[in-house]
Amino acid sequence: MKEAKLHFVFPSDYVRMRDVQRAIVDEVKARHFDDESLFAIQLALEEGLINAIKHGNKLDPQKNVTVDCRVSSDRFVIDIRDQGKGFDRTEVPDPTREENLERPSGRGLLLIESYMHQVRYDDHGRHLHMERANQNQP
Amino acid sequence: MSNASPVAISHIEKIILVEFTNTRILDEANIAQIRAAISAQIEPADMPQLLIDFSNVDHLSSSALGMVIDIRKKVLDRNGKIRLCSIKPHLLEAFVITRLDKLLKILPDRPAAIASFKD
Repeated sequence: MKEAKLHFVFPSDYVRMRDVQRAIVDEVKARHFDDESLFAIQLALEEGLINAIKHGNKLDPQKNVTVDCRVSSDRFVIDIRDQGKGFDRTEVPDPTREENLERPSGRGLLLIESYMHQVRYDDHGRHLHMERANQNQP
Repeated sequence: MSNASPVAISHIEKIILVEFTNTRILDEANIAQIRAAISAQIEPADMPQLLIDFSNVDHLSSSALGMVIDIRKKVLDRNGKIRLCSIKPHLLEAFVITRLDKLLKILPDRPAAIASFKD
């Protein structure tokens, strides 16, 4: 099946975000990713988009989120960009440390990094790059 | 968005049982509704015993995990007990990755969770 290339620019709005998620997940499902990868992609997509809208753009409807996604039968690749101030990954507290277990921050990033095969933060944290291979490939 | 409650709350003797009516706990608004519904049960109670059953849940976000931690704090502040049960293996992994399995008592099924309130 041909590689799908999707491009979206949308305001910081959860309703629009759901439409984008649906379109991307439909392409992943059409390429028969294994169940584990499908779950991982859905989770990381949710966390990445929420981070861009809520923590990056601070829910400002004047600011956009840009998503570029490529889905082939062997790989899912996505770039999510926001227009916020950015952040330094090394300054986000480790949520698995005993003293941070009850704190709210850092858990989404940890899940992204655990479930995706490649994760990179560019442009001072305003650009999240994620990749995951399809394990169903022969 | 549907107006139906995202949680069904019932009682088994003194235990407050929370079940989710959706397979996904993702939306911020939805999570806020769940938090409010559970809080309304806990806040008036002295030593509440809360059981959250995840049987129906297929997807959750870090916000949902945060909500569970907030609820845990409310329960413990009232000298109560909280148990989670029936979490599907792929979701349990998220609890393990975030080490919340160390903070929360997670039981494989509802009978085991109910029995554990006697511990």
